[in-house]
Amino acid sequence: MSIASAPPAAGSARDLTRRFLKDPGAVIALLVFAAFGVAGFGAPLIAPQNPYDLAQVDILDSLLEPGSESFTGMTYWLGTDGQGRDMLSAILYGIRISLVVGLASGLLALAFGTVVGLIAAYRRGWVDTLLMRIVDLQLSFPTILVALILLVILGRGVDKIIFALVVVQWAYFARTVRGVALVEGARDYVEAARGLRLGGFRILMGHILPNCLPTMLVVATMQMAMAISLEATLSFLGLGLPPTRPSLGLLIANGFDYLQSGRYWISVLPGLVLLAIIISVNVLGDRLRDVLNPRL
Amino acid sequence: MTEYIIRRVLQALLVLIVMTMLVFFGVNVIGNPVYIFASSECDQACLDAIITDLGLDQPIWRQYLTFVGNLVQGDMGRSFTHGVPALHLIFERLPATLELAFSALVLALAFGLPMGIYAGLRPYGWGAKLIMSFSMIAFSLPVFWIGIIMILTFSVQLGWMPSVGRGDTVDLGFVEVSFLTLDGLHHLAMPAFTLSLIMMAMVIRLARAGMREVMFTDYIKFARASGVPERRVLGAHALKNILIPIVTVLGMEFGGVIAFAVVVESIFSWPGVGKMLIDAIAVLDRPLIVAYLICVVFMFVTLNLLVDVLYSLLDPRIRLGGGKA
Amino acid sequence: MTPVLELRDLQTSFEMPEGTVHALRELSLSVSRGEILGLVGESGSGKSLTGFSINRLISPPGRVTKGEVRLHGRDILPLPDSEMRKLRGRKIAMIFQDPMMTLNPVLRIETQIRDVLLAHEKLSKSEVRARALAALDEVGIPAPEERLRVYPHQLSGGMRQRVAIAIALLHKPDLVIADEPTTALDVTIQGQILALVQRLCRDRGTALIWISHDLAVVAGLADRIAVMYAGRIVEEGPIDDILDAPAHPYTRGLIDSVPVPGQRGGRLRQIPGRMPALTDLPTGCAFAPRCARATENCAEVPQLMPFGEDRKVRCVHPLAAGEAA
Repeated sequence: MSIASAPPAAGSARDLTRRFLKDPGAVIALLVFAAFGVAGFGAPLIAPQNPYDLAQVDILDSLLEPGSESFTGMTYWLGTDGQGRDMLSAILYGIRISLVVGLASGLLALAFGTVVGLIAAYRRGWVDTLLMRIVDLQLSFPTILVALILLVILGRGVDKIIFALVVVQWAYFARTVRGVALVEGARDYVEAARGLRLGGFRILMGHILPNCLPTMLVVATMQMAMAISLEATLSFLGLGLPPTRPSLGLLIANGFDYLQSGRYWISVLPGLVLLAIIISVNVLGDRLRDVLNPRL
Repeated sequence: MTEYIIRRVLQALLVLIVMTMLVFFGVNVIGNPVYIFASSECDQACLDAIITDLGLDQPIWRQYLTFVGNLVQGDMGRSFTHGVPALHLIFERLPATLELAFSALVLALAFGLPMGIYAGLRPYGWGAKLIMSFSMIAFSLPVFWIGIIMILTFSVQLGWMPSVGRGDTVDLGFVEVSFLTLDGLHHLAMPAFTLSLIMMAMVIRLARAGMREVMFTDYIKFARASGVPERRVLGAHALKNILIPIVTVLGMEFGGVIAFAVVVESIFSWPGVGKMLIDAIAVLDRPLIVAYLICVVFMFVTLNLLVDVLYSLLDPRIRLGGGKA
Repeated sequence: MTPVLELRDLQTSFEMPEGTVHALRELSLSVSRGEILGLVGESGSGKSLTGFSINRLISPPGRVTKGEVRLHGRDILPLPDSEMRKLRGRKIAMIFQDPMMTLNPVLRIETQIRDVLLAHEKLSKSEVRARALAALDEVGIPAPEERLRVYPHQLSGGMRQRVAIAIALLHKPDLVIADEPTTALDVTIQGQILALVQRLCRDRGTALIWISHDLAVVAGLADRIAVMYAGRIVEEGPIDDILDAPAHPYTRGLIDSVPVPGQRGGRLRQIPGRMPALTDLPTGCAFAPRCARATENCAEVPQLMPFGEDRKVRCVHPLAAGEAA
C-alpha cells in the first residue's frame, strides 16, 4: 500500500504551468515583474551612474528634464532630481530596494506565520486558541496603523521597516496555513500516515506542508504587493527607509516638492514604476489563485 | 447579552493597557529629546535642568506610572515644540481629521453602494467588469500615489482644484467645519475622495457579494412574486440585508481610515492630527507623538467595541437572541 | 367557463454556454376556479420551474421560449414587465417551501405585509394596519398585534408559514402557486397548514396549484393531479382515478413507493435508476431507460394523449386498470 506516500496533488506542476501560461494577462504580468526584477537587481551593472556616489552626481545638473544632456555629454533619459541625480539610475536602485524589502518581509512573514500556523494546527487545544487569539487581535488592527506605530517607535532603517512589515503580515499566513493544515490533517492520507506511525513532525513536513504550498504561494504574492505598497507609503511619509537608501516611495516623496512647479518627472516616473510593479504582482496573485484554486 | 458586552469591554481595556505600554516604552527608549531643547552652548548643568524639568531623570517605570496617572486625568504632557498640552493640540486638530474621514465615508457609500449593487445585479456585464477593475485598482494602489496624480492633474495641469489647506471654515460654536462653505468644499473634495477610495473599493466588493447572495434567496423571490415593486425590493428588502456586513466592516476599518488620513493630510497639507503627527515625528516631539498614538488606539479600540455591540443591535437575529436560523 | 389559468404548450429554456437546455417542454395544463391541482414530480422534474414560468420570475439565463400563459383566457406572456408586476401578488400569488427563508430576516412582519399591500393598493396607515391584523387573524395567528412587531426568527416555522400564506392571500388572488409549502415543517404542523390552505382557497374560490414531490400530501388535498417527469407532463387527470388506476408506468412507480399504513413488513417498491439530467435526455421517452415496459416504440417522444374520460397520458404502453408496472 502506498497511500501514505501519495498525498493528492492538485494537478501536476506541468499542467498548472501550462494553464497559467495560457492566460495572456498572467504572462504579461509575469514578464513585467521579471523585467523589473532584472532591472532592479542588475542596477549596479546597468544604471548609467551610481546615484549615491557623490563624485558621480553634479549639482549643476539638477532638475533637468527627461532627455537633457549633462555637461559631460551624458544623456539623462528620465531627467534629474533636485540634487542632480540621474532619475533612471535612481529608479533602478529604488526598484532594487523596494523589491528587497517586499521579498524579504514577505518571506520572513511567510516563514514565521507558517510555523505558528502549523503549531496551532498540530497542537490544537489551548495552544491553538491562544495563538489564534493573538492572530485575531493582530488582524483587527489596520495594517497601516500598526506599521505607523512601530516605525514611529523604531525609527528609520531597512531592518526596521522589514521588521514592521513582518509584524503586520505574519498573522495572515498563520491563519491561512492553520486553516489549510486543519483540513489536510483530517484527510485520509494523513490518517494513513498516522497509522504507519510516522512521527508528527514528519507528517507535518512531509504531508501537510506540501499541501499548504499552493495556498501560501497565492497569499505570499498578494502580501508582497501589499508590502511594497505599504513600504512606499511609509517611506513617502518619511517613516520607512533612510534617505541614504531611497526606495521608490522616497523618490516620489523627494519629487513631491517639485510637483507644483511642473517638474512632474521626479515624482511621476518612479510612481509609474511602482504602479506597474504593484499591479503586475496583484495580477500574478489573482491568476495564481485561479490556477491553483486554493481554499481561501 | 449583558455578559457579552462586559466581556467585550474588559477585552478592550486589556488591549488598551498593552498598547499604552507598547507606545510609551517604545517611544521613550529611542532618541533623546533633551537635545532638541538644548542650545549648543548648554553645559551639563543646563542639560540636567532640562532633564529634571521634563521628568526624564526618573526611572522609566516611574515615568510610565506617572504617565498613566496623568493619562487617566486627561493629561498627556506638554508638547515640547508647541509648549501647550498635547491633548489640547490634538483636540484642536481632530475636527479637521474627522471631517475628512467622515466625508470620505460618505463618498465611499454614495459611490460604492450603487456601483456594488449594479455589479451584483449584472455580474457578467461589461459594466460590472469595469466596476470590479476599478475596485481592484483603488484597493491596491498606494493612497499617496493617487493623491499625487490628483494634484498633478487637477491642481497643476488643469488648475481646477486647490491642493493645500482647508479653505474657509464655518464655526459651528463647538467645532469649525469646511463642508458648509463653497471654498471649504472645494478644498475638501480631492483629499476626501483620495481617502475614500480604499473604503469605496471595499464597499463595492461587499455590496456586490451581498447582492449576488441575496438575490437568490427565497425572501427576495417571495417579495417579487408578491408584486413588491423592484425599486422597493432592491432598496429595502435587499439593501437592508447587505448593509449589515458593510456597516460592520466600515466601522472596523474606520481606525485604518484615520491612519490613512496621515498620508492624505501630508499630501494635501490638511491641518489635521495626521499632519501634526508627521511634523511631530520630524522634531521628535515625544509627548505629542505618544498622545496621538494613544488617542488613535483609544479611538480604534472604542470603535471596534462599538461596532461589535452595534452589530448585535443591528441584526435582529442576534439582538433578540434565539436566532437558530 | 374559462379556466383561471391555462398553460398551452409552454417551453422554458436556459441558454447555457454548452447549448440551450429545455427545462420545460410541451407543458399544457389548466386549473379552474376553486380547483386544486397537484403538480407532482421528483426534484429536477421542472415542477418548481413551472411555478416561476407562470409568473415570469425565472432567473436568467432561463426564460419562457414558447407557448402561452393564459390568465382568464388572456395570454399574459407578451405583457411588459410593469404590467406583469401588477399581476403578481394581486392575481397570482406564490408560497414557498421553506418558511425560514421566505420571510426577510431583517424586516418586521408588519413591514413585509405593508410592502405587499402597498404594492397594489393605496392605503392609509390605519387601513394597512387593519388589513394586516385581519390577514394574520384569518390564518389563525393568535395575538396578531404583537406578531406584527416581531421579526421572522421570533416565530416558529409553522407560524412563519402562516404569515407567508397571509401575505400571499392579502389581495385575494385568483391563483395561488404553492411550492412544497409543508415539506420543511413537522408532520403535525403540515396537516394544519394543509387544512388551512385548503379551507381558504375553497372559501374564496381561489384556484390552487400545489407543487409537491410527496404524492401522499397531494392525495389528501388535490382535485386533479399532473405528474411531471424530466420537464414534461406524463400523466394528468382527476386524483382519484389516477391513484386508483395510474396509466403511466412512472405514476405507478410513484404510487408504489409511498408507504401504505397497515401494510407493514412488505417491501416498498422503488423505481430503479434515476431521472436523467436535462442536458442528456434520451431521444425518445425520457422514462424509457427505467421502464420495464419500454420497447423500441418508445424511441420517439410520445404525445400527451387522451386516456379514458378526462385523463391524459404520455405513454405508448399505458397500464390498464390495476396492472402492475
